[in-house]
Amino acid sequence: MKCGVVVFPGSNCDHDVYHVLKHVLEQDATFLWHQDESLKGCELIVLPGGFSYGDYLRAGALAALSPVMAAVKRHAEAGGLVLGICNGFQVLLEAGLLPGAMRRNASLRFQCKDVFLKTERTGLPFTRKLREGQVLRLPIAHAEGNYEDFPEALDRLEAERRVVFRYCTEDGDVTAAANPNGAARNIAGICNAAGNVLGLMPHPERCSESVLGNTDGLALLAGAVEVARGVLAAAGERR
Amino acid sequence: MSVEVSQTSTQGEPALRITPEILKRHGMTGEEFERLQKILGRDPSWTELGITSALWSEHCSYKSSKIYLREFPTTGPHVVQGPGENAGIVDIGHGWVAAFKMESHNHPSFIEPYQGSMTGVGGILRDIFTMGARPIACMDALRFGEIDAPRMRFLIDGVVRGIGDYGNCVGIPTIGGETGFHRCYNGNILVNAFALGIARHDKIFHARASGAGNPVLYAGSRTGRDGIHGATMASESFDAGSEKKRPTVQVGDPFTEKILLEACLEAMRTGAIVAIQDMGAAGLTSSSFEMAGRGGTGLRLDLDQVPLREPGLTPYEMMLSESQERMVLVAKKGREEELIKVFRRWGLEVAPIGEITDTGRAVLTWHGDTVADIPIQPLTEEAPVYRRPVAEPSDLAARWQAPEVPAPEDLCGTLEKLLGTPEFASKSWIWTQYDYSVRTNTVQGPGGDAAVLLLKGTPAGIAMTSDVNPVYCYLDPRRGGMQAVAEAVRNLACAGAEPVGLTDCLNFGNPENPEISWQFREVVRGMSEACTALGVPVISGNVSFYNETEGQSIYPTPTVGMVGVVPNVANLPDPNFTRAGDRIVLLGRGGSEFGGAAYLRLLHDIEQGRPPAVDLDAELRLARLLRELIAKSLVRTAHDLSEGGFLISLAECCLGRGMGATVTAPYEGADLFSETQARALVACAPIVVERVLAAAEEAGVPAVDLGETGGGELVVRSGSDILRAPVATLHEIWSTALPKALGL
Amino acid sequence: MKARVTVYPRREILDPQGKAIRDALSRVGFPGVEDVRAGKSFEIQLATADPAAADRELKEMCEKLLANTVVEDYSVEILAGDRP
Repeated sequence: MKCGVVVFPGSNCDHDVYHVLKHVLEQDATFLWHQDESLKGCELIVLPGGFSYGDYLRAGALAALSPVMAAVKRHAEAGGLVLGICNGFQVLLEAGLLPGAMRRNASLRFQCKDVFLKTERTGLPFTRKLREGQVLRLPIAHAEGNYEDFPEALDRLEAERRVVFRYCTEDGDVTAAANPNGAARNIAGICNAAGNVLGLMPHPERCSESVLGNTDGLALLAGAVEVARGVLAAAGERR
Repeated sequence: MSVEVSQTSTQGEPALRITPEILKRHGMTGEEFERLQKILGRDPSWTELGITSALWSEHCSYKSSKIYLREFPTTGPHVVQGPGENAGIVDIGHGWVAAFKMESHNHPSFIEPYQGSMTGVGGILRDIFTMGARPIACMDALRFGEIDAPRMRFLIDGVVRGIGDYGNCVGIPTIGGETGFHRCYNGNILVNAFALGIARHDKIFHARASGAGNPVLYAGSRTGRDGIHGATMASESFDAGSEKKRPTVQVGDPFTEKILLEACLEAMRTGAIVAIQDMGAAGLTSSSFEMAGRGGTGLRLDLDQVPLREPGLTPYEMMLSESQERMVLVAKKGREEELIKVFRRWGLEVAPIGEITDTGRAVLTWHGDTVADIPIQPLTEEAPVYRRPVAEPSDLAARWQAPEVPAPEDLCGTLEKLLGTPEFASKSWIWTQYDYSVRTNTVQGPGGDAAVLLLKGTPAGIAMTSDVNPVYCYLDPRRGGMQAVAEAVRNLACAGAEPVGLTDCLNFGNPENPEISWQFREVVRGMSEACTALGVPVISGNVSFYNETEGQSIYPTPTVGMVGVVPNVANLPDPNFTRAGDRIVLLGRGGSEFGGAAYLRLLHDIEQGRPPAVDLDAELRLARLLRELIAKSLVRTAHDLSEGGFLISLAECCLGRGMGATVTAPYEGADLFSETQARALVACAPIVVERVLAAAEEAGVPAVDLGETGGGELVVRSGSDILRAPVATLHEIWSTALPKALGL
Repeated sequence: MKARVTVYPRREILDPQGKAIRDALSRVGFPGVEDVRAGKSFEIQLATADPAAADRELKEMCEKLLANTVVEDYSVEILAGDRP
């Protein structure tokens, strides 16, 4: 299955995602340059973590205007799979592919540590290999992970079950203490209405190999690569 | 002395009148100026004076340190590139080489800590990728003063944020380091940045120009007036007026660095690059002159082509600017367009600014005039070398008087007090602000003895550590130098790593003070002795002098950065206890050595005595034993003893995962905190403890089974004393002490 | 008394953020932008009604906290009209 990892000037985790897709999941993975206007037939598009444009102005703000993003939007509208990790999630928010915005961590400091996530929406391509309520341990590494939106918008998100992951304790309790950055309602990851676009702040590509001591992220990436073809075909029929 | 020159040999510049004041501002002595006159056969132009003052500054020329640095052992079976290039390179097996180096950015960080540390990280990263190696890890050795000293919290906050913001943005994990606090740094903090990169063994680049007619290209950020005379500022001590040195602080742009890094690595793959060097201290001057000097070539630069950030820069300013994130390259004639295309694709400024010649001279033109025409090698290869007078301190015998060592009244209270000091407290407040897992290579991150990275595609790993004990170095520089190297070897051994090379950052006071030059000489000798005995060559390094304020010097601080290879990361032990019921074995011979010990210093404010002896043979045997035990998967935990001695190291093993231990200590009273060297703690499954003890005996390392891991308490029987402390309590003290001290 | 304090990177110093924003503007169809400097603006409500005192106090605030005078310049503007 062909996977495209978008590279913006300043993207860092493109290498990491590519490595997992190509060498661990043995998929046909390629890099997509921010100035490319075509996705080269890729079925799963990943916007990786990093500091696109140095996070200048607002994280993801400048990258969201890249030529490649027009193609990514069309791909998403057609039902194609799009995964935004960390800075990639910020780009999806700035590009309007997901609702809401990121602000600075409540602590005002960059935070690198492992957190626990509660899986609240299974059945998506990305989460088809996860159980309802499953607790995953994933690392975060960000300074702007404080997800925010108007209360009505957050209510809508909840009502439509579009909160996919929430920060929780090791036992799955969603508490203030388990929230590393002040994100509204402990939201760590959300999807669009159709469920084909997912954005999350933690890094699944950093815990996809046993040699690194944690493989909780692999199921998320594996779920995506196995489904893309089926999803696109169905979307193609609907069009 | 005053030289009136009515007609310079170069036009377009004001008539030059050299006064002692001008020379002083340039950091040049009268003798150095005369030497320059002799080299030129006339008086220098303003630009030539600026160029020479930069190249002959302490920071660029190592004029006060060279004669001693020559004593370092710099060769070995793994050495691919020793000192003399931008970074040293060692063979790490499997067709890979590692390039690494450490550099200081002390003076700028004291003035503007955020930008000073940002640009420090930026500079060291460029030194790595200019060699063709992709940087894969950073470490930082930081020395701060007392937290309550004026400005210190501001400095600490700025430095930590700067290191984090730069490294995180460029996407290179910061995987460890050392942070120390001591009043000797109250007026001079130290920021030493250590970086490592890897490359395929046949894809290394050098900064050695060649080929007359080959074009010289400039790539990266535009040139502004940043940091003019930064190299000379680093060669000067601070005084009350230092705070006003506003123009000399450079601003780092990690985003530009990241794209410059990617562009350079891509440009290197074209095969069109002959030589490349980053523009660091003394900017375009040092980079272009050093490349030409190493290659024995000449250089022609057309300064009208230099991309400028603001109009009106003079040649002098262009040559001395320390604007960041810039590289200078020599391209193969006819292939420069390929390189220009790569830099443009990444959105970077790139311009041909001249060419290599075979005259051995640098000719710089601007607005139709020749503003400099100067032979290169006399400046780069024949810079002044000084043998500064040395003098042993008069109070050395008094310093070495063995101190009175009060017995600890309450073991638990003493342990808690020490764990609650900034020195021993957990530094996680610092390193959780650094991304330590980006690039998915980090197997062991911050918080252990050594950090370990995967060498992807192989079973092996790369280990890095940074060590020094400045108090030991002050009390006995030779022994302190030896100890820094020995501890680094020991730390690597706890990760099962065999050392392959050493880099260093030698931070000292004013070398014109004979006592400081004596410290320097002795430290280098101690380090050399240890390096030779332990088989670790010095492959790169940096010297930072003039770390003093109002005549008060820092303690000699020779930060050692050491790199090793882990044959198989699958065997990697943990620095903490991981499983209940493991047997805890103490390796190495004990003693009662308290010279400069933390126990005396932190609890009783006593800094006295000769530092612990360094038995290089015992260190060698211990390191070999640890590597053997780890290679055979016999131990699950390995942690060496250092500051604070046995009880501190044992407690540290419990704190990482909250696992207690019950042991009978072979020491009593204050000896629990003795800092005798060449010792380590390991933990192993009960079923193999006999094998561990047997291996130790065979290696000639004393070993004793002390007890077992497990439970929620640390229980230590010592003579007739018993220490019983809940690990949770110790953890609370240890993990909150630093944020508390910082007022957060 | 309402005032606006504006803090910008000093002229001579590199402004990476400003540069990135200028390049981005050029990419999205505004090539005529020659320079952008990115700064911060603070709106400060002071209790005093004395403009001279306010000006003095605000400048002190800038020196002490709002600006890092090693790398930043500041300007103080007393805004016409008082509390809304």
